[in-house]
Amino acid sequence: MKKERVNVSRREFLIHSTAIGAGFALGMYISKTDNTALAAEQAAVGDVPEVNAWVVIKPDDTVVIRIARSEMGQGTLTGLAQLVAEELECDWAKVTTEHPTPGQSLARDRVWGSFSTGGSQGIRGSHQYVRKGGAVARQMLIEAAADDWGVDIEECRAVNSVITHMPSGRTTTFGKVATAAADLIPPLEVELKDPKDWKLIGKSVKRLDTVDKLTGKQVFGADLQLPGMLNAAIKACPVFGGKLKSFDADKVRAMPGVQAVVAVDDNAVAVVAETWWQANSALNALPVDWDNGPNAGVSSETIAKMLDEGLDAREAFIGNEAGDVKTALENADKSVRATYAYPYQNHATMEPMNATALWTKERCEVWCPTQNGEAALQAAAEAAGLPAAQCEVYKIHLGGGFGRRGAFHDFVKQAVAIAKQIPGTPVKLLWSREEDMQHGHYHPITTARLVGGLDKDGDLVALDVRISGQSILASVNPNWMRDGVDMFVFQGMMTEGDHAISYSVPNLLIDHAMRNPHVPPGFWRGVNVNQNAIYMESFIDELAHAAGKDALAFRRKLMDNNPKGLAVLNAVAEKAGWGKSVNEGVYQGLAVCKAFASYVAACADVSVDDSGNLKIQRIVAATDPGHAVNPQQIEAQVEGSFVFGLSALLYGECTVAGGAVEQQNFDTYPSMLIAEMPKVEVIVMPSGGFWGGIGEPTIAVAAPAVLNAIFAATGKRIREFPLKHADLRPA
Amino acid sequence: MPPLAKLKINGETVDITVDAETPLLWVIREQLGLTGTKYACGIGVCGACTVHIDGSAVRSCLLPVSAVDPAQEIVTIEGLSSDGSHPLQQAWEELDVPQCGYCQPGMIMSAAALLNQNPSPTDADIDAKVTNICRCGTYNRVRRGIHLAAEINKRGETS
Repeated sequence: MKKERVNVSRREFLIHSTAIGAGFALGMYISKTDNTALAAEQAAVGDVPEVNAWVVIKPDDTVVIRIARSEMGQGTLTGLAQLVAEELECDWAKVTTEHPTPGQSLARDRVWGSFSTGGSQGIRGSHQYVRKGGAVARQMLIEAAADDWGVDIEECRAVNSVITHMPSGRTTTFGKVATAAADLIPPLEVELKDPKDWKLIGKSVKRLDTVDKLTGKQVFGADLQLPGMLNAAIKACPVFGGKLKSFDADKVRAMPGVQAVVAVDDNAVAVVAETWWQANSALNALPVDWDNGPNAGVSSETIAKMLDEGLDAREAFIGNEAGDVKTALENADKSVRATYAYPYQNHATMEPMNATALWTKERCEVWCPTQNGEAALQAAAEAAGLPAAQCEVYKIHLGGGFGRRGAFHDFVKQAVAIAKQIPGTPVKLLWSREEDMQHGHYHPITTARLVGGLDKDGDLVALDVRISGQSILASVNPNWMRDGVDMFVFQGMMTEGDHAISYSVPNLLIDHAMRNPHVPPGFWRGVNVNQNAIYMESFIDELAHAAGKDALAFRRKLMDNNPKGLAVLNAVAEKAGWGKSVNEGVYQGLAVCKAFASYVAACADVSVDDSGNLKIQRIVAATDPGHAVNPQQIEAQVEGSFVFGLSALLYGECTVAGGAVEQQNFDTYPSMLIAEMPKVEVIVMPSGGFWGGIGEPTIAVAAPAVLNAIFAATGKRIREFPLKHADLRPA
Repeated sequence: MPPLAKLKINGETVDITVDAETPLLWVIREQLGLTGTKYACGIGVCGACTVHIDGSAVRSCLLPVSAVDPAQEIVTIEGLSSDGSHPLQQAWEELDVPQCGYCQPGMIMSAAALLNQNPSPTDADIDAKVTNICRCGTYNRVRRGIHLAAEINKRGETS
């Protein structure tokens, strides 16, 4: 039985302190009459009272750290735990983690802040309040020990889960005082450590979530099994915007295991069966008529025309402007002009979209892999037709996210819509790979024309960049736009901030002619720096070549106002031996970018044989994320981002015919394999003073560094992607 | 009533009631509840469904269960070792190989089959035999993990 621990005075204090906005929500108690939330809290913490929202300490000294953001491979679970543990002064060997549920968050006035896990925000967006959470818990534990001993709190210190009264040498452990600490009033203010005193932040500790991934024990959403659960397979109209017209359920009703054939919303049909294999087999046999709607005539060719028109359009949104680019180009000694194009790409998480839902008239519960538990809860509530307080989402481990499972919970809405037609029975909806490939929220399609002007000394005096193509925000989140402008389109090219342009060009114009085809776009690991860094860094290379200058020297001259960007660029150039003789047949290419607040650079070594076969031999990468929480995991993310970025460069392309995406599986939408993987040498060079992202930034520099190296090797400048279409035989 | 079949899996013989055309993957996942073996493509391309049959790596998503002889030994990730102590599992833990982890059971089973046949694989051997897709991008640690597991094996033999 849970101990009664609602202390009236404390409760009033907490509600008061939250209401006045203490800056850090110190943990609001839940009313005993709110059974749902209380039950949920009990389920999470068992019989042990929490010290605060972030920290639970069990009598055996086990430390449970609550993590609101999602873990999908990027290591944020471990990194966030390091941040809390650093301030908590607990024994790292005793740390475990748990995810609070979105329903608990709702009931507790969002005590854990945002659940959203995207934009490389996991650590940089919450480091302050999670460290405070650890520090507050530490203070409360120390105070509980001091109270017990009847000594001054100032005389006590906590190290490694042990509290010591310094004058007497008496000690106790966190586990022994945790229950008493839970009843104390949290301090209103705590001081965070000076970074120079960090012991755990900056240390390459191992991930906390590895072991179960090695034995098959780790349960992913697709693996979930609930008592009495049925399985569903779904097909939505292949043409975006199309509708379900009719289906002939009688043709499949007698197939093994089939329980129901149901329409889902107005555009999909699902078969529910005892097993998923039975459901999917019946679905494949189900005659379905679609109303393909107004987009049935759209193809890659019509989309390309639409974007090409934007290159010359008179109206465009300005993202970055300096000087007078028109005059400067007219007066330039030499001008260079090039047009690049970047295709649609699917996230292709290894685990296809899925969600399990249980619906009754009173309550709806959903189990799903999600990058944003709160958004999943909102989607569940909408589809369930119930208030969010009567719904709950349980986050199940994600088999990859890459942006697909953050802003979009179409799979959750569908699962609930199916479960609603079978009340009281849990239904697991799992998309086939084909469904996943054809119903993505794709990396947006754009094209760009770049014109650069060089003066008589070969220095860049003018740069005009016109981007034509799709806005993610216009489709996904128009509220984030300002006066119709999607500033995300300019990532990596902006005047300042997390995605500032690397170079100072006296006369500059970067604008965007928004052209939005019907294919739904989405945030895709790296978002718009993927193509923007290719455009910018390839073109800078073109300009250096036209100026007859070394690509490193040419860049350096434009980076006087970007010392941190210059530092990462210099670091890769030095380590890669830029400008020195490399092995015969090996050619190098450079790229630099600022993305998600981190400074990143890469130098690629490639060779191309006479048949045009590309071998990426090595990439040297540098990243300055300000503070580096776990360097070995940063290295893993740099390598991983290269696989994602290079798979996109080499193979990533979704084409459109008849309004639908043509690719259906990994045979036509390949990903790079281990045989193609270059050596990666990572330089982690945190300069301190800021918090940059890790999961995405380096994706920006992999592709352009390789492209520039290909030019060095072959004399061929590739401007359309993926590379599988390019003839790389040396010119 | 669908036919009854026998399978030998992770050292145990089990009776299963299933349509003969059902791929082995779905028998393993949905009949036997061994969900470590993953579905990701269903067309034998990505390798997430890799299991061993008589010690060789097989992509179970395309193989009808009726094609498996009851005498053949099927091993899934759950049966690779009783306690997570297979040299590959040790190496993977040591190097923090997995990211999201979804492809890793298949990756480990592919690597284990390689080591069964070739205790000291070269990089080229790994390139040829480990063709599983990992979207998170763990390839370089996978490679190091296979080499480390080969070393652990050798140490075990000489000690």
